[in-house]
Amino acid sequence: MKIILVGSGKVGTAIARQLSEEGHNVTVVDTNKARVEYLTQTYDVLGIVGNGSSITTLAEAGIEDADVFIAVTGSDELNLLCCMFAKKAGHCHAIARVRNPSYSHELDFIKKQIGISAIINPEMAAAKEISHLLRFPGASKIDTFADGRVRLIKFALTEAQELDGVAIREIPTRLKSDILVCAVERDGGVIIPNGNFVLQNGDQVTFLATQENAHEFFLRIHMPVRPVRNALIVGGGAIAFYLSQELLDNHVRVRIVERDEARCTELAEQLPGAQVLNEDGSNRDFLLSEGLESTEAFVALTNIDEENVLLTLFAKKHSNCKLVTKVNRLEFDDILAGLDLGSVVYPKYMTCDFIVQYVRALQNEAGNNIKTLYRILDDRVEALEFTVHEESAATGVPLSQLHLKKNLLLCCINRGNQILIPRGGDQIQVGDNVIVVTLEHGLHDLRDIVEH
Amino acid sequence: MNYSIVFRLLGYILMIEGALLLLPAAASLFYGEWRVLGVFLLTAAVSAAVGYGLRSIKPRSKVFYMREGFAATALSWILISVVGAVPFVLTGCIPNPVDAMFETVSGFTTTGASILPGVEDLPKGILFWRSFTHWIGGMGVLVFLLSLLPLTGGSHVNLMKAESPGPQVDKLVPKVQSTAKILYGIYFALTVLELVFLLVGGMPLFESMLTAFGTAGTGGFGFRNDSFGSFSPYIQWVVTIFMILFGVNFNAYFLMLMGKFRRASASEEVRGYFAVIAVAIAIITANIYSLYNSFGEALRQAAFQVGSIITTTGFSSCDFDLWPTLSKEVLVVLMFIGACAGSTGGGIKVSRLLILGKTLGKELKQALHPQVVAPVRMDGKLLNHETVRTTNVYMAAYFFIFVVSFLLISLNGFDMVTNFTAVAATLNNIGPGLELVGPMQNFGGFANPAKLVLIFDMLAGRLEIFPMLVLFLPDTWRRF
Repeated sequence: MKIILVGSGKVGTAIARQLSEEGHNVTVVDTNKARVEYLTQTYDVLGIVGNGSSITTLAEAGIEDADVFIAVTGSDELNLLCCMFAKKAGHCHAIARVRNPSYSHELDFIKKQIGISAIINPEMAAAKEISHLLRFPGASKIDTFADGRVRLIKFALTEAQELDGVAIREIPTRLKSDILVCAVERDGGVIIPNGNFVLQNGDQVTFLATQENAHEFFLRIHMPVRPVRNALIVGGGAIAFYLSQELLDNHVRVRIVERDEARCTELAEQLPGAQVLNEDGSNRDFLLSEGLESTEAFVALTNIDEENVLLTLFAKKHSNCKLVTKVNRLEFDDILAGLDLGSVVYPKYMTCDFIVQYVRALQNEAGNNIKTLYRILDDRVEALEFTVHEESAATGVPLSQLHLKKNLLLCCINRGNQILIPRGGDQIQVGDNVIVVTLEHGLHDLRDIVEH
Repeated sequence: MNYSIVFRLLGYILMIEGALLLLPAAASLFYGEWRVLGVFLLTAAVSAAVGYGLRSIKPRSKVFYMREGFAATALSWILISVVGAVPFVLTGCIPNPVDAMFETVSGFTTTGASILPGVEDLPKGILFWRSFTHWIGGMGVLVFLLSLLPLTGGSHVNLMKAESPGPQVDKLVPKVQSTAKILYGIYFALTVLELVFLLVGGMPLFESMLTAFGTAGTGGFGFRNDSFGSFSPYIQWVVTIFMILFGVNFNAYFLMLMGKFRRASASEEVRGYFAVIAVAIAIITANIYSLYNSFGEALRQAAFQVGSIITTTGFSSCDFDLWPTLSKEVLVVLMFIGACAGSTGGGIKVSRLLILGKTLGKELKQALHPQVVAPVRMDGKLLNHETVRTTNVYMAAYFFIFVVSFLLISLNGFDMVTNFTAVAATLNNIGPGLELVGPMQNFGGFANPAKLVLIFDMLAGRLEIFPMLVLFLPDTWRRF
């Protein structure tokens, strides 16, 4: 597909990379010459220096025959304007990033009036994800598939779970839990395990299950399943605002620490239920006096990644609450993974993921049958949801006789209203939605999962 | 709230109370009251044992934050009152537990309001304990604890803040423990000094001690049915002067000890305090002169009553309920003014009234010149906005509690003057009011619910309202 991307910041770069690697023709437009040059030299994309809201520049980028137009500059208004012009000048799907909370209730109106296909608000998405994590605090990461009915949940295995030395095939019988372990991170590597794989303490285990089954499984392995009842949030930005709204609606008590007095007043005005405290979040005595040791969740959301990491480590030392850290920069994720920070949320990743998923869905309409895609475990593993439209080599054969590719696992078959964790005797049928976890990138079709 | 640290502190408090209960036990032993001795020893033993058990709780964090400071203070006071009431009930002196609680709270909060119609028949040990609670409560039981425990960390000033009277808490020296020790040292020395003066006047030792306890704590429990009416003029003058001395901010004594007499005498609060006393004595002396027909007698009665009421002690040397209305009104006004901050007295405090007056002056100036920059000063230093604000909030809370209590005890069916002065006398920790709760009457006529309201008022008055109100906030009781 032909894609025009306006904006080459962190998110723009990540999208450009991902989409070009998936074989799309990407044209990047930005006013910053150095950034455009960097992108064209690093990835296989075309760069145009210019203003994304100028028709001349858009024409130069080939707006007439573009399929998708993406605006992710730093300014909401510029993004919307770009999309408006792009819609008028061509026949493309337009996606804009709009993050100002004052627009958050007007997104539907904006979409309809300007004709934009999708608007992403990364802060709101991040808040939603954090709120999921706080409702299921044992998990360090949660992704949802099949319209929210299936969950991909990651957690760290410790002694308390009593799973050390247990082979994966024993789990369904021993714990009577209908779950499927999809991936295990150990010693910096990722393994897609088969039934004989033996778990060890210290593994980061990702499994797939329905919400009820995951709940039951966590109960059996002594993981916390009760949603947190209160949360201490440091940093009063947009994510904190959306998160507090979400939490207060769920009757979770919220305490927000924010350094800027004016922002505090604003928050206290907009969130009457929350307790807003005006203090520097890195004041450790203050955090302790405000009950850091007895809170059930600690969420570090300041604008500085380093501070967030330090705060989380400090909170980890003083309490055993649920920890969530926001990290903006994508570069050091491998280092953070080694710090055992609990849950780390990357709002920038989420923007990129959302847009890539959207583009794949468009492709799906155009014949390709990937429905959703999640990059999990630091981008090394992909979880894909396919819709089976037609008979192929993969359908109608019992799974035990199907020669799947190496490092690929068929995790879930979603047939009608039924969620099946597939066992050897099951078959894939036309009309199913199938979830596959793989180390291999760039699968486009269900046929690709079988070894040729 | 960090429950374990609060429980641990309550454990310490109980152990201290167990030790303090040995003193009245000694008095009982001396007078050969075996049954009373047994009760005191039993109470002391149980209190100390429970305290020891609580003390062994190991808290995860040993730091007192504001929340724990407030809650621990209020709970300590309630707890010592409950334990202190036990001997009254067990000896049968005050069989009704609510009455016993009223008497003990009245003792610890240095109110001096009694429900007993006659006290001369009480066992000596019980009389001693009644007056001794004044002495403990005067300087504060937590301050006493702080002076004993080698607690580390600056957070314990939060305990002192919650217990000490007045809008601002000044540490005298950098360390909380040393500050507490100095305060208790001054307190102890002044008490002994008074004891000596009383003994010189020919008062028996036991009665001198009870008088000294009651004066030092600005309490006011008498040990004769007519309080101080039947003592010699010398004794009455000694008590008058010491009552007034215990109503002075202890910071002034500390400055004098350091040799800084000029700074001590320059304190606007202390000056204001003495000015109010002088004016009140002058008015009342003139007003009651015709009743006594001798200037000396009128002056003595006026000075005794003024000193007793403004320092919120509550002794009386005559039935001032029989005085002319003007004099009674002056006394009621004095009830609200109260002593200096940082003293053992109660009431609104002279310094708060000074702050309010100065703020009012500033606001008036600002009404005429909206752009004027007029900082408010006290003792030459600028008053910060926070102090002014907390003073205003204190007054709002004070009147709120006053009105609610006033309405609640009206259900008892007494007249308005009785109800009004009963609340004023308990909330300001004075003791006697007017009419049915006048100096020759007692609070025994109120029903139990009304007594509970007054108990709350006494505690609220002694702890300067906030620690008691904080107990009603759900946030205080949550772990997070």
